[in-house]
Amino acid sequence: MIEIRFHGRGGQGAVIASEMVAVAAASEGYDVSAFPYFGVERRGAPVTAFTRLDRRPIRTKCQIYEPDYVVILDTALLETVDVLAGLKESGVVLVNTDKTPADMKAILKTDRRVITVDATAIAIRNRLGSSASPIVNTAIVGAFARISGLLSLESTKKSVMDLAPVKKENNAQAAEDAYNETKEE
Amino acid sequence: MVKKVITGNGASANGARLAKPKVIAAYPITPQTSIIEKLALMVSNGELDAKFIKVESEHSAMAACIAAQNTGVRTYTASSSHGLALMHELLMWASGARLPIVMTDVNRAMGPPWSIWADQQDTIAQRDTGWIQFYVASNQEALDTIILAYKVAETVNLPAMSIEDAFILSHTMESVDIPEQETVDSFLPPYEPKFRLKVGEPMGFGSLVMPEGYMEFRYKISEAMDEARNVIRTVGKEFGETFGRKYGLVEEYKTDDAEVVLVIAGSVASTAMEVVDMMRDEGKKAGVLRIRSFRPFPYEEIRKVAKQAGLIGVFDRSYTGGFGGAIGTEVKGALYNSDASLPVKNYIAGLGGRDITPKVLRKIFEDMFESLNGGVKKEVEWVGLRDGSGRW
Amino acid sequence: MSYLDEIPITPIADKPSTANRTGTWRTFRPIIEYEKCTRCMICWKFCPDVAITLENGGEYEATNDKIKQMVDKAPVIDYVHCKGCGICANECPVNAIQMVKEG
Repeated sequence: MIEIRFHGRGGQGAVIASEMVAVAAASEGYDVSAFPYFGVERRGAPVTAFTRLDRRPIRTKCQIYEPDYVVILDTALLETVDVLAGLKESGVVLVNTDKTPADMKAILKTDRRVITVDATAIAIRNRLGSSASPIVNTAIVGAFARISGLLSLESTKKSVMDLAPVKKENNAQAAEDAYNETKEE
Repeated sequence: MVKKVITGNGASANGARLAKPKVIAAYPITPQTSIIEKLALMVSNGELDAKFIKVESEHSAMAACIAAQNTGVRTYTASSSHGLALMHELLMWASGARLPIVMTDVNRAMGPPWSIWADQQDTIAQRDTGWIQFYVASNQEALDTIILAYKVAETVNLPAMSIEDAFILSHTMESVDIPEQETVDSFLPPYEPKFRLKVGEPMGFGSLVMPEGYMEFRYKISEAMDEARNVIRTVGKEFGETFGRKYGLVEEYKTDDAEVVLVIAGSVASTAMEVVDMMRDEGKKAGVLRIRSFRPFPYEEIRKVAKQAGLIGVFDRSYTGGFGGAIGTEVKGALYNSDASLPVKNYIAGLGGRDITPKVLRKIFEDMFESLNGGVKKEVEWVGLRDGSGRW
Repeated sequence: MSYLDEIPITPIADKPSTANRTGTWRTFRPIIEYEKCTRCMICWKFCPDVAITLENGGEYEATNDKIKQMVDKAPVIDYVHCKGCGICANECPVNAIQMVKEG
């Protein structure tokens, strides 16, 4: 079973990102579950969402405490949220930032694999949200597909098209751009 | 059949849509709201040919369902927690009036302390209202149970509740097979009421009955609930033949040779099955008996499992001040006049949405094995209580 | 057949409550003096047993021309169902209803 935890702020689309990954994985034959942290979310407040994928039926019905992947939509969260909590030894961190993976690794003070993507630039380039408040979730989903190797670009774009409420093509393009521009040291 | 990744509330809304109710009356409450939002949308875009009645309270929602159902149509509503509590009086009325109304309750804790998260206190408190109660463990089951519940309810003329856990199912997306309308129609025929109010034919429902006549009406409810036990088995089997997913009063998981069996209702049972496999990998014979139907109570299935097990643990996600949890006391009640003689330990856990992880369940199973060998030291124990003891 | 077998699954009355001839419960009978009655309909509104109906024409036609212009209906007591509670007499603003002992 693969467990993914998304960190974002209300309005950035972390919950939808967790669902897009689940829908794409389901189309590739995985059993899936996706859910938000069971709290009371508001725009701007820290949001956590989860996705589980497995080749066997998923029976575990609780929140995720030891993820295989941590996906960070907004580095502003690093000051207030322990984003790496419980991350497995073999775990991977995907961060939306314009910094290099090496710089990000130093900031996070972790020995886990760190991968970066400038999802904000990709979102602005594809006119998603406003430049003050870009919606970065579809770019981050494309990046996740790339770094995890779990989802094809095709099924990821299809899932983005299905779930994005507006600007479906732009969102799919953002996912594709991120798929191609994700950096690992 | 379409496979879709949807939430538990999406599954319940689709189950209701496929059962084709003619009237839906509901009042929103977290975490039920998205069920009725989806149904309201289906009614407004013509996907569902029904009247959606907006009401000012849950009490009125059930009153509207009762009145509508009395005219001879299928009705549906959904609620949760305090909303269900406010419905209490009318829940009693629905069963006494023998109206096969089907509703979904999203299991949520009662306040105070104010909580929006999962536990079973709200529905357990409605145990004696004469409603059939199904506790589901997955989104698929949430959808299936509504269709199945209409068939059972309309056979025995009692209302039925499909119960899903707050957030753990209601707001969690899972893969769900959404059956075709024709398949559902072949399984669930149009509603044929035993009696109905027609324009121009005045009738009075729920009239006064004197003390010398009352008991027999209640006896008939009790007979119907007993009959429901067999109807659920038959209809559950028939459901399996039609849709490929069979349901009973309970789901047994590796109970055949289990030394300890944990009895659970709701989605925690699903996690517990995962833990049973972990225990089995270590050679520990554990099993799970998931209660799907709490009303009627599956006492025969419990007696059967108790015949070969060494100890039964009962997981209650609610409590009845004074003597543990309701499922715990009912399991013990079911065993008292049976051949089985084995210890039963009642665990109270997961109240107010406290997360039940595989780790917590593992500790419960380990405690069950310890109690099997060393005796039950505490008949009713609160699991994970932050009392500084470090026990859990 | 036992009572248990005979009864339906829930109590259903197939006759409306008008089948009960509650007029026999009366001790005092309300009588409307149509000359005094202004057809204000307050008695009709207040009757808790819906035992006052509104009729027009014939003996119920108002003699007062002003009233006649305003309304053509008059309150009429349904003595089959009137229990003689006296609420109509009590509420009548012009004392046009007298309670008279039965028998």
